[in-house]
Amino acid sequence: MATALRQLRPQAAPRPTGAWLRWVPALTLGLFLAPVGAGLIGTWLPAFGYFPALGGTEIGLAPWRALFDYPGLGTSVWLSLCSGVLATAVSMGLTIGFVAACHNTSVFARLRRLLAPLLAVPHLAIAVGLSFLIAPSGWILRLVSPWATGWQIPPDVALVQDPYGLALTLALVVKETPFLLLMTIAALDQARAGDRLAVARSLGYGPVTAWLKTVLPAIYPQIRLPIYAVLAYSLSVVDMAIFLAPQTPPPLAILVFRWFNDPDLAMRFVGAAGAVLQLALVMAAICVWRLAEWGADWQGRRWLTAGGRGGAGWLSCRIAGSAMTGLYGIAAASLLGLALWSVARRWPYPEALPVSWTLDNWVRQAYGLWWAGGTTLLTGIAAAAVALALTLGCLENEQRRGLTTSGRGLWLLYAPLLVPQVGFLFGVQVLLVRLDFDGTWIALIWSHLLFVLPYVFLSLADSYRRLDPRYARAALCLGASPNRVFWRVKLPMLIRPVLFAAAVGFAVSVAQYLPTLFAGAGRFATLTTEAVALAGGADRRVLGVYAFLQALLPLLAFAAVLAWPSRRHRASAPPAGAAL
Amino acid sequence: MIADGQLELRRVGLQAGGRVLIAPFDLTVAPGHVATVMGPSGCGKSSLLAYICGTLDPGLQAGGQVLLDGEDVTALPPERRRIGILFQDDLLFPHLSVAENLAFGLPPTLRNRGLRQERIAAALADAGLDDFGDRDPATLSGGQRARVALLRTLLAEPRALLLDEPFAKLDVGLRTRFRHFVFDHVRSNSLPTVLVTHDPADAPACGGPVIQVGLTGEANGGHNP
Repeated sequence: MATALRQLRPQAAPRPTGAWLRWVPALTLGLFLAPVGAGLIGTWLPAFGYFPALGGTEIGLAPWRALFDYPGLGTSVWLSLCSGVLATAVSMGLTIGFVAACHNTSVFARLRRLLAPLLAVPHLAIAVGLSFLIAPSGWILRLVSPWATGWQIPPDVALVQDPYGLALTLALVVKETPFLLLMTIAALDQARAGDRLAVARSLGYGPVTAWLKTVLPAIYPQIRLPIYAVLAYSLSVVDMAIFLAPQTPPPLAILVFRWFNDPDLAMRFVGAAGAVLQLALVMAAICVWRLAEWGADWQGRRWLTAGGRGGAGWLSCRIAGSAMTGLYGIAAASLLGLALWSVARRWPYPEALPVSWTLDNWVRQAYGLWWAGGTTLLTGIAAAAVALALTLGCLENEQRRGLTTSGRGLWLLYAPLLVPQVGFLFGVQVLLVRLDFDGTWIALIWSHLLFVLPYVFLSLADSYRRLDPRYARAALCLGASPNRVFWRVKLPMLIRPVLFAAAVGFAVSVAQYLPTLFAGAGRFATLTTEAVALAGGADRRVLGVYAFLQALLPLLAFAAVLAWPSRRHRASAPPAGAAL
Repeated sequence: MIADGQLELRRVGLQAGGRVLIAPFDLTVAPGHVATVMGPSGCGKSSLLAYICGTLDPGLQAGGQVLLDGEDVTALPPERRRIGILFQDDLLFPHLSVAENLAFGLPPTLRNRGLRQERIAAALADAGLDDFGDRDPATLSGGQRARVALLRTLLAEPRALLLDEPFAKLDVGLRTRFRHFVFDHVRSNSLPTVLVTHDPADAPACGGPVIQVGLTGEANGGHNP
């Protein structure tokens, strides 16, 4: 055998063509990780007093003292923690409970098909719509007043911006559960959940117990990073919190955001310290969550091996199915409320519907809508296109070189999603100002790319890697060059997942609030920034117009993907978990 | 060595992570002849073919030289080797029609539109699918798809042909007919051909040299008749 081995003279592998491709992953990482790193450093330095532009040249703890002396800081931190952790726990529980109890049912299939539009709707539109829905003067109370409640005027209770942040938590659950559901469904396909379930069922386990005991342990590692991303987002969200969280004191992220925009420039130091605290809060929450996972794992093992078979699970299916349907219902009602307000002329309390209708709200806002909508559209298309090109380059490079991705690569991809936006965007802004680059289109699109790219990559990677490699081999052996194989075989076969990824990227870009402000230097108004700017004004009709259009653009993008002709694409892999 | 259009393997072998899958062996296949590589599933037969046509998974290590018509093609990328391969599945591109699939195989050097159409029409007639050009491949029967896949490979004007168990998924009656269809074309095109299979029934049907590879990693035989 030893001689046999020696006789195996390795030959030089055929040189892959397209040498420039090998630089795409490095370019991608540089484009989107370098700003995060630079942004963090640019935030940390002022937090410790170093910010020469504002006369801070001495390293010290003065910003921290000012931060901790700030009245109500403790309440702000507590509020962030409560709403963030609760929203993540409920979203995860709902997702896992629903998939465990309802897999292979018609409810599951139906809700899965409706997942794409729910994912498309931006966070802010849900927040505004929800505030229209559950406020004391909101749609729900109008529907039951006065005949059930007897209220002729809105009751004086804080149903939105409530002191416990429950309205914010609810909105986060409505928006984050679909994301976790999508990631879970994608993981199911990879874990061959069907085989595992079949084995467990044949051993006498009930469907829900079988799923929890054999499928969940296999897929949890794959949904761990998405859960951490949800946790980081929920702990540090700004745009939703402006509408739904209490404002005196507000959650920490809003406090930090206010300090960064304070007319008193000295507050930038306090803001930077607050941003570091926000980052520490997120990291600590992730660490505690990880510890809880270990605890659950230890407990779960005993439960797993104890042999309990569980029941038929029809009741849990009924409950989980209703809860998830209710969640979809809230999202749909929120959107419908936005649409109604945008065409209402008069809608006095407690009427269930507007008493007179008009398109004037749209016509009067036409100029602002045209500019903000155009900026939103251009930025979204550009960011999605760049992200798609980089993603395809990385995936194609990976396949031509036969590379496999490591877990570490995935962590890098998730980095911008795990670091709170207020934790590093100030540093990015400082960097852009120094480079005399702030307020340019490139800076705007680049700042969106940081958050668009991970989602585009995540939605395309599975489909791309799962395409049967023999199609490409067959084409190569027919004499097609690797580039021709890419353009003529892979792209056409994967056209729907590719378009789906582009739509995801567009939707993510439309939803961005802080990056637009920080990198755009206030020069760019998008539908999102305009809607937030209207938060104090309280004219629901104008707000309804902006928020509805903000939701409409991504929905149209997804509708366009769905409408794409599908003849002769039946063999291409559908995007992971997508309802196409 | 006289190498008139023949396919020659010199000390070609395969290993995965230090484990020898196929020990180095020599093989010469004359034009129009079919050599058979026999072995159980999972022993690396398909990877051997992937090495010959240049698409080996980088996770595997292979060595040895592949010579076509006396020219060493081992360092060439797959698209420049002109070695055609037929898989167990037909792998007709689902986004192209039957005729477009065939056109994908035609070399780009053939520029004249009319000539290209003629070649495609001839191939369709050859497969007994005269009016099927505009059809979606998914609407064809298994046997029809298999024939189109072979003709797509042949339209690329390969200098050698590799067959990766292309008969395995066809039912018995169809298998015999498609086998004849393939071997008739191998002869009429004078292609040196390597067939890998685990079905002993395939081997005598070819009548060329037979190589046995197994999980022991030893290769036996390999002599030209």
